[in-house]
Amino acid sequence: MATATVGDERIARTSTVTKLMKRPEIGALAAAVVIFIFFAVTTDAFATASGASTWLRGASTIGIMAVAVALLMIGGEFDLSAGAITGFSGLVVGVLTTEYGLNIWAAILVSLVLCLAIGAINGILVMRTGLPSFIVTLGTFFVLQGIDLAGTKTLIGQVAIQGMSNVPFYDQAKKVFGSSLDINGSEPGGAIYASVFWWIGLTAVATWVLLRTRTGNWIFSVGGQQTAARQVGVPVFKTKVGLFMTTAGAGWLVGMLLLFTTSTVQSNTGVGQEFIYIICAVVGGCLMTGGYGSAIGAAFGALIYGMVNQGIVYSGWDNNWLKAFLGVMLLGAVLLNEWVRKRAETAR
Amino acid sequence: MSKRTAASPVTIATEPPARGTTVIEVRDIGKRYGNIIALSDVSTSVRAGEVTCVLGDNGAGKSTFIKILSGAHEHTDGELVIDGEPTTLSSPRAALELGIATVYQDLAVVPLMPVWRNFFLGSELTRGFGPFKKLDVETMKRISKSELGAMGIDLRDVEQPIGTLSGGERQCVAIARAVYFGARVLILDEPTAALGVKQSGVVLKYIAKARERGLGVVFITHNPHHAYPVGDRFMLLRRGKSMGDFPKQQMTLEELTSMMAGGAELESLAHELEETMGSDSELAKSLKAEVQ
Repeated sequence: MATATVGDERIARTSTVTKLMKRPEIGALAAAVVIFIFFAVTTDAFATASGASTWLRGASTIGIMAVAVALLMIGGEFDLSAGAITGFSGLVVGVLTTEYGLNIWAAILVSLVLCLAIGAINGILVMRTGLPSFIVTLGTFFVLQGIDLAGTKTLIGQVAIQGMSNVPFYDQAKKVFGSSLDINGSEPGGAIYASVFWWIGLTAVATWVLLRTRTGNWIFSVGGQQTAARQVGVPVFKTKVGLFMTTAGAGWLVGMLLLFTTSTVQSNTGVGQEFIYIICAVVGGCLMTGGYGSAIGAAFGALIYGMVNQGIVYSGWDNNWLKAFLGVMLLGAVLLNEWVRKRAETAR
Repeated sequence: MSKRTAASPVTIATEPPARGTTVIEVRDIGKRYGNIIALSDVSTSVRAGEVTCVLGDNGAGKSTFIKILSGAHEHTDGELVIDGEPTTLSSPRAALELGIATVYQDLAVVPLMPVWRNFFLGSELTRGFGPFKKLDVETMKRISKSELGAMGIDLRDVEQPIGTLSGGERQCVAIARAVYFGARVLILDEPTAALGVKQSGVVLKYIAKARERGLGVVFITHNPHHAYPVGDRFMLLRRGKSMGDFPKQQMTLEELTSMMAGGAELESLAHELEETMGSDSELAKSLKAEVQ
C-alpha cells in the first residue's frame, strides 16, 4: 500500500512481494497452492468442476466458522462451543417448524436471537469472572451438546429433523441458504453452493473490519495487551462480548446453511468441529496467545481442510489420515507463527 | 493540532498556556487511608514549560502523590489548585479532561501492533460515515510520524510493531501520544527506572523536548542524577512528608544527592560501620568519603 508520508532514505523500496511475505496468511496461502497442485496432479477427479464443487462446499461451512473463530482468537479468546452451536441453531429451526408449525422465517429469527444470547452469555461470563474462555466455553459446549441430544429427543422423539422440506415457505429459505449455482452448463456436477458465497462474503467483511475499522484496531489491542487497551480507552468489555456474539452468529449462519442444503440436521451436528475451526485459524496465522492473525488466513486454512478432506477420498486412502494430516499442519503452523511473533517483537 | 477531528474520548480545546504560568498548585496536600497517613503537608507547583521533579526513595509517598495528581485517588487534606481553582480530581478521566496526562511505567502499548496503530489506539481517526466508516490510515501514519519527529524520535517506519522499539523509544511514543491528545501537564512515573544509562538519556532528552513545547512536566524518579539536568524545581519526599520544594537556583546536584540519600543518616551509618568493622574497612572509608 502506498503511503503519503515522506519517503525515508533509510528504507529500501520494498516490493509488493516482500510486503506480501510479511502477511500472517502467507504460509496458509502457499500450503493451499501446494496441496491443490498435489491432488490435481495425483487424482483425476480433484481438479474437475464437480470435484471442486464438493471440496469448496466442505471448506465453506468450516471456513465461515474459522473466520469468526479467528477474529475471536485475535481478540485473545477461544470458543469451544462454536461447533455445538451450529447443530443447535439448525435444531431450533427444525423443531419449531416441523413440530410446532411456526413460520419458517420466525423460527430462523428465534434461532438467531438464541444463538446471539448464548454468545453474549459466553462473553459476559468470561469478562465478569476473569476465568479463561477455554473453561467457560467448554462448559457451554457440554450444555449445548446435552440440549441438542436430550432436548431434541424429548421434544420430537428422535435425534434428527425430518420432513423439513414440507414446511411452508421452505423454498424461500432454501433460496437464501441452500441453493446452488451451476457453472458447468450441461455437464453433471459443478454446482457452487450458497454457502460458498456466504463464506467469501464473510471473509471479505471480516478482513475489512479487522484492518480498516476502529473495531478491528480494538480487536487486535484487546488480544495483544488488554490492560494497555483499557488504559487508553478501548471498550474492552464491549469488544470481547461482541466477538463471542459474532462467533455464535456465525454458528447460527452455518446451522442454517447445513439445514437448508441437506434439509435435515442431526442432534450431534457440529460436535467435534470446534477444534477444526481453531486449527484452521492457527494454520491461517493466528497466534494462540492473541493479538495477531488474519481472517483471510483462516479462510485459506479452511480451504486446505476442505481440499485434503476430499483429496484423500479421491486418492483412495483411508479417510482417517485426515486427522494425522491436521495434527501435522497444526504443529507446523504453531511453530511458524511462534517464529514470526518472536521476529515481530524483537528489535531489528 | 487544530485538526483534531477524531471521535476522541477526551478532547481538550485549550492550547498550552504561556510559559511560566502556574498550572497546578499543590498546597499542604495530604492523603489518609483510614488511620494511615500516606502523605502529608506536601506543597509544590507545576508550571507550563517547566519540569517539576518529585524525588524520593521507595515508599516515600511518590506513588500516592501521583495518584492524587492523576485522579486515581482523591486527596484528603490540603488543596489542589488547577488553573487557579481548588479542585478534587475524582477520576483519571477528569484529570485528562483538564489536560493532565499520566504516562505509567508499564506503558499502555500493545507490542505486536504497529507504531501508528498504537499511537491512535482508542482515539482512531476515521473517514466516511455509517457502516462504511473506515480508518483514515494515511492521515494517522502521517501524524504519528510527524508528531514523533517533533519529539525528536525519528522512526524509519511507523508500520513496524511497537515491540521492536527499545524501552526508551516506547516511553517516548507514549509521551508523544499524550502530548498530541492535548496534554498540558505530563506526569511521568519513573520513566527511567527500568532503563539503561543510554536509554535514560534518550528519555531525558524527550522530557526536555516536552518542556520546550511548553508543557508542564511532573517527573517522578529516585535518581537525582536524572532529575537534576532536566529539572527546574525539586520536591523531595521522605516517609510521606515533604522535605522541601526548591527551585533549581537554590540547589546544587551535590546537595540534592545528599538530601536524597539522607545525609545525616548516612553519616551515622558510616560511624556505625567504622565501629563494627574497624576504621580500616573499605566500605566505611568510602562511605565516609561520600558523606564528606
